[in-house]
Amino acid sequence: MVNSRSERVGYDLAVIGAGPAGLAAADAAAGLGLRVALVDAGSRLGGQYYRHPAPELGAARPDRLHHGWRTFEWLRERLAAAPLVDYLPGHHVWAAERGADGWTLQATRGPEGGDRVAVEARAVLLATGAYERQLPFPGWTLPGVVSAGGAQAMLKSGLVLPGRRIVVAGSGPLLLAAASSLTAAGARVPAIVEATGYLGYARGLPVLAGNPGKLAEGADHARRLLRHGVRLRLRSAVVEAHGSDRVTGVTVARLDARWKPVPGTERRIACDALAVGHGLVPQIDLAVELGADTVTTADGTAALRVDAQQRTTVPGLWAAGETCGVGGADLALAEGVLAAYSVAQRPAPAKELAARRRRRAFAALMAAAHAPGPDWTGWVTDDTDVCRCEEVPARAVREAVTELGAADARTVKLLTRAGMGWCQGRMCGPAVACLSGGPLGRPDSRPLSCPVPLAQLAEQDGSSELSE
Amino acid sequence: MLKRTSYDVVVIGAGVVGAACAYYAARAGLRVAVVDRGPVAGGTTGAGEGNLLVSDKEPGPELDLALLSTELWRELADSLGEQVEYEAKGGLVVASGAAGLDALNRFAVEQRRVGVEAVAVDGAELRELEPHLAEGLPGGVLYPQDAQVQPALAAAQLLRASGADRYLGEAVTALRRGADGSIAGVVTERRELAAPAVVNAAGTWGGAVAELAGVRLPVLPRRGFVLVTEPLPRVVRRKVYAADYVADVASGSADLQSSAVVEGTPAGPVLIGASRERVGFDRTLRVEVLRRLAAQAVALFPVLGTVAVQRAYRGFRPYLPDHLPAIGQDVRVPGLYHACGHEGAGIGLAPATGLLIGRQLAGEDVGFDLSPFRPERFEGADEGSAGSGPGAE
Repeated sequence: MVNSRSERVGYDLAVIGAGPAGLAAADAAAGLGLRVALVDAGSRLGGQYYRHPAPELGAARPDRLHHGWRTFEWLRERLAAAPLVDYLPGHHVWAAERGADGWTLQATRGPEGGDRVAVEARAVLLATGAYERQLPFPGWTLPGVVSAGGAQAMLKSGLVLPGRRIVVAGSGPLLLAAASSLTAAGARVPAIVEATGYLGYARGLPVLAGNPGKLAEGADHARRLLRHGVRLRLRSAVVEAHGSDRVTGVTVARLDARWKPVPGTERRIACDALAVGHGLVPQIDLAVELGADTVTTADGTAALRVDAQQRTTVPGLWAAGETCGVGGADLALAEGVLAAYSVAQRPAPAKELAARRRRRAFAALMAAAHAPGPDWTGWVTDDTDVCRCEEVPARAVREAVTELGAADARTVKLLTRAGMGWCQGRMCGPAVACLSGGPLGRPDSRPLSCPVPLAQLAEQDGSSELSE
Repeated sequence: MLKRTSYDVVVIGAGVVGAACAYYAARAGLRVAVVDRGPVAGGTTGAGEGNLLVSDKEPGPELDLALLSTELWRELADSLGEQVEYEAKGGLVVASGAAGLDALNRFAVEQRRVGVEAVAVDGAELRELEPHLAEGLPGGVLYPQDAQVQPALAAAQLLRASGADRYLGEAVTALRRGADGSIAGVVTERRELAAPAVVNAAGTWGGAVAELAGVRLPVLPRRGFVLVTEPLPRVVRRKVYAADYVADVASGSADLQSSAVVEGTPAGPVLIGASRERVGFDRTLRVEVLRRLAAQAVALFPVLGTVAVQRAYRGFRPYLPDHLPAIGQDVRVPGLYHACGHEGAGIGLAPATGLLIGRQLAGEDVGFDLSPFRPERFEGADEGSAGSGPGAE
């Protein structure tokens, strides 16, 4: 693998994202003789899942925080030795254009990163993963309230804890994993507050039987948590975080089947940090902008529609991993390999086909089990900021709906600025969609999928000056 | 809740033009319903910058309409100003060379004759007005009447102030006609609304609504992109644009035209418009379009080079072959009125359009020559439709 600036070379395949799906795809594609550009916004291989400390931190055992670390090391070593793979770290792809001969990806390396970079490739694989879903509640903007995934990321990349006594809340398998990592790193976790009852999984016993690894992983977390005396509160949610300069405690309430807090069940738990998250949302802006079809998953997020070969509905654009619906690292690894074989026009390997079938079934079960109930908005008071970038309170969103005729997230955004700030609605989008009463899982298309310095946008694209 | 389903007028389209028609029709004492297949401001209105311009218009019917609208927007600002982020900030048109400045000044002389305020500005004054403008520009013209609103808020607040019943998220599938062929109401996906008058304010999709009435109105889309920067302190005070913009607006060419229109907003981001392409309803991004807008903006304001463009959005301006909107009663179908095809000027021209439509609906003296905007003026002509794509929206 080459840390390359030879972006002008036409590649057979550009892989966007260097997490499990992207790494597996790049490795498999190179193995099949394809020239690959592995383009990633991060500065180190691994994405969110295999996030690990910078070498300068001298972490003795980064693997302690990871399932599947050996898989990552194996892939990393293979890619390092692969002459056909050019690795482009720190490259944020902001647009993809399709011409007669293939794709041109436009990337920025940030305001200090010099010129804009164009990467040309015959095929593109979108392996951009997912980001965490947040559902707002009073006090969620207090310092000390972090996302569950953020808490894990802090631990994985910097070996720091967001607090000493950390409540973990929200919904989804990430909560167990986060609590497990936090206790392993020395934090005390007084409670895991999970909004569902895990009963959803019971409906899928055959699926569970086909995924013994997932069960073992869950049991592993459970053992570790039990050992640390962590209490699991099911069918409950943090409905308020308290504190003035920083979170000092949370109120937890029981939820009914529709996720409406049951009056009289509130309990206060003291803590100095709260790690909260409601599952993951596929990161699919680039594909949506290109007109790719999406499907709405059981938990109300939009994922890319792909066929058996991981092809999206846009010719020349493949997708793998969380972009096709959140399902975890093993699924992403399998889909990355399958995508590579499809790009190379080779028959799909049976092992990955079987793995995908099992894991996709589990992913669907998981999405259904953790889908937010429709009445969660009941705990959002009128003065709770829904969009923290633009400081838009729930009241303004509700008024846009009742007074001004908004009925979807896009119109609410136009009328209130909710979702127009730095995060471009990644933080508040799902919540605004719920509060607007509009359809879930309908992503807005964005001509620019990430910020670009104006001077870089203004640069003449040099690719046309090249003679072949 | 029991909905009244009989009205004096049904307005099709909840964009800014439809909202203004509803507002002035209601003020004339009529019972009004507004129907849209999408939400309020879901089409071109929600993709606009909110320009209220006289500066880019040559003397003629459109400028007359813009001057009337300028007064009406000032009136509206008294009651709705803050809610719609009205800003009477003025426009500054900048020439890049001596020849351009001459042309610009000649253009301004003509505009002054019909009531446009236009102040010639030399190079030094330019930088006093806009300290961050590039150095070495020879001069320009200041237009104090140019203003801005936030377009989606303008539509939503006008619609709310009209008190009209809203039927949003339901497409009109047919128009009801009486035995004599005159309009009797509209049929939506969910209900029937009886009314002796229908206003076609469907913007870029106005041609399809006209078709429901069996008449031809060749509204075509002209695509535009706008860049939005991260929030900034006020580095751009007015609406600043290069003199080439005027030529682009007037052009009928299918090719890409772009000339930067740069302006700050009360919320902080700087908006950079405005490209013009005739590509039907094709949504495919062309990086070259964004590149040219960015390059032109940096040429005007070098300080913006290090600023991040946070997002971009696109829209489809509704235009008619002669670049004038269709406003008024359609003589071919009694009871049918059109208020669409305003191209890139719909936000600015909305109040005048609404006022005149309202007067016609109420049977009052219109007090304005609407003949250049006659909807049936394209009868027999067959220009235009070649450039339109399928209505993908």
